[in-house]
Parts: sequence; C-alpha cells; structure tokens
Amino acid sequence: MSEQTAPLPPALDELVDDFASVPARDRLQLLLELSDELPPLPERYAGHAEAMEQVHECQSPLFLAVELDDERRVHVFFDAPPESPTTRGFAGILHTGLDGLPAEEVLAVPDDAPFRFGLAEAVSPLRLRGMVAMLSRVKRQVRARLAA
Amino acid sequence: MPVPHDPDAKLGAYAHPERLVTTQWLADHLEDEGLVVVESDEDVLLYDSGHIPGAVKVDWHTDLNDPVLRDYVDGARFAEVLGARGIRRDTTVVFYGDKNNLWAAYALWVFTLFGHEDVRLLDGGRAKWIAEGREITRDVPERTPVEYPVVQRDDAPIRAFREDVLAELGSSKLVDVRSPGEFSGELLHMPDYPQEGAMRGGHIPGARSVPWARAAAEDATFKSRDDLAAIYEQEKGLKPSDDVIAYCRIGERSSHTWFVLTHLLGFQRVRNYDGSWTEWGNTVRVPIETGADA
Repeated sequence: MSEQTAPLPPALDELVDDFASVPARDRLQLLLELSDELPPLPERYAGHAEAMEQVHECQSPLFLAVELDDERRVHVFFDAPPESPTTRGFAGILHTGLDGLPAEEVLAVPDDAPFRFGLAEAVSPLRLRGMVAMLSRVKRQVRARLAA
Repeated sequence: MPVPHDPDAKLGAYAHPERLVTTQWLADHLEDEGLVVVESDEDVLLYDSGHIPGAVKVDWHTDLNDPVLRDYVDGARFAEVLGARGIRRDTTVVFYGDKNNLWAAYALWVFTLFGHEDVRLLDGGRAKWIAEGREITRDVPERTPVEYPVVQRDDAPIRAFREDVLAELGSSKLVDVRSPGEFSGELLHMPDYPQEGAMRGGHIPGARSVPWARAAAEDATFKSRDDLAAIYEQEKGLKPSDDVIAYCRIGERSSHTWFVLTHLLGFQRVRNYDGSWTEWGNTVRVPIETGADA
C-alpha cells in the first residue's frame, strides 16, 4: 500500500486532482488540452531527433530530452506528432508535472504515478504503458546527468 | 430508404463495390438519413483532436473488447455501444480511421461478427480526407440514443480460433500479414513498436507472408483490383475458392487483409485468427517455423 500513497510533487498532484474532478469522458478532453499545450521544441532540438531519446514503448513516435540547469533543476523536452494526441497528452502531463523540479524530486516520483489520473478506463491500461516508459526514461536520464 | 451505393468506377471493379465509398461520395452524403460515420483509430484521442463532421467514435480497446475476458464484447454491450451512437440495425455505417484504415477495418470486422449488414469503408480513410482539405471539426455530435437489438455474435464464418488453425494446419491457406521481421522471427512486434508480447518469434508453419499494408496505395486508398490480384493471387497463389486464415499479432492488421480478400477480391471463405501471434507465439508446444518466406 505504501506505493499507492507515495506523495507526488505539487504540480503533478494538482493534475491528478484535475483529472479526478471530472467524469471519465471529460478526462479525454483534459488530456487533449494537455496535448494541445505541449510546448514546441527549442531550436537546439527541433529537427534533431538524434539528440533525443526515443521512447519505443509508446504506440507512436515519441522523443524526449532531459537537461539539468545550474541549480540542478530538471527540464524536460518532448516531441510527438499531432497525429498522436494521446502520446502528446502523456508528455503534457509529465511536462506540466515535472519541468523545473529539483532532480531529487523527479527521482522520488513513484513509478505508478501514471495510473493515478483515472485514465486506465478512458484510454485502456495497455496504452498507459507509454507514459510509464516515458517517466522511467526521464528518471534514468536525470540519474545519468547527476552522475556525469 | 436505403442509402445508395457509390457508383465510382474504380470501386466498381472490386468484387463488392458496395463495401467502399470515396471521400467525395461521403462529403455529398454526410447528411443522409440512415447513415452514420464511425471513426476508429489507433490513437484514442485522434478523433477528439478533429474528425469528419457528424462522425462518432468507436474505440477498439474501450468499446469493442471485453474488459476482462480476452474476447470481443457480447451482444448486450454491443447493443449499448451502437444504440448510444444512434446506430440502428439497418443503419449504413461508414468506417474510417488512421493508418490506412487499419483500425477502421478492424471495427468493421467486429461489426460483421454481429451481422451488422451495411458496413462500408471510406477509401483512403482519415489521411485522404485531410489531404484533400476537407472539413474537420472538434464538435462531438449529439446523437439521439436508439434501440439496437441484442444479437448473438456469430464467430464461425469469419473468425478462426487456435484449435481451428491447429486442426487445419496444411489444409487451410494461412496468410501472415505482419512485417517480414516478425514473420522470420527477428521481431516480436511491428518495426518501431515496443517488442513485447510473445515468447517465441516466427510464424505458423506453412504460412505465406503478405504484409497487410501492401494492399494500400501511397494515398492510403486500396490498390486497384488488378494490383491486389497480382499480389494475393498471382504472386502468392491464393484462389478465391480457398479456405484462407489470416493472422497478425492481435488480429487488427489481419482484419484489414480479411476485408481485402473478402470484399475487394471476392474470396468466399476468409477467417481472421485474432488470437494471432500473441496467442500462437506464447502457446506451449504448438509448432512454429522461423525464417523468411520461401
């Protein structure tokens, strides 16, 4: 049970509340908004897929990059095509929830976080695997940056 | 009044032209009474990001698959899904979707399991509609719910199970519609997809390899009848009278091939083995083969 209740960072927690406060049908709308609002890549990544990591577990192509700034805060960058709104929406959740957090807080995000948005019913558990994979790859990259 | 068929000349060459409509025909008939447009995609949010005006969404995961048993929904649930979308038993349903209509063909096949009679595919699917600059909207139509009868699914004519495949090894003609890498045993899923889902790689003994998307042209429409016949009949030696079983990984790609063989080439007995490689490649002591197609 301890895993179920491990706390989330505030921005991610807020998103969980947003999703929990609407019926399943509207959760998809919320996910679509996050997909729409996913920020475009900065110039240093745009058109440079080779500088990013591909998340093969996603149903459709998704690339991500992780940076640590001088204060050891995490910045995440995601790229997925508009024809893959679910994948973009998952990326939007993680961007909103994780970007700007101290590295330690990102590493402390429980691996079951993707299952707390009530999306399993709306998008199916199988599809959620993509978000699980994104989160684990973000954390792995943060670890690698810290070690570098 | 029944919805008329699309008299387009290219469609006219297929064995069952009434199973396809062109984008122009659909644009002209969107308001027809008795016609409902259904979008089915791989991405569950794609419909919500914009769809053909008036179209409703049917999702293969959440609407057509039983959430517990590995099977399709039963008659009661199917009636609920269709009734809620304003689809009656005699409604003409036009399916379209992403990825060369892959999931649209899958939904059409599931509707056929329930004997829904007038099912058609939009030739070229979502990609062609959008490429032609036709209208797309985010407005979800308010459909008045109707009564759809609870009908028993009739699997036997178009669905094959593991036992059928095992019993007919060597007598039925098997068509493996996955990628060459999956067929040979190198990959366990489509290229670029996560490699999960089976203990062994390879194919069912005797199967011929015809990747499903070979049936699609550049613009996502189906190839002409002659081009399709060249692939399935001349190149692979299948005959319209053959007993054919098509399979892939979970039965979605092979329902596309089922559509091609049944409705476009007029094969009389084609079944889709939806257990496909995720069942066969995980089953203890069923025979498999590895290596490229002969």
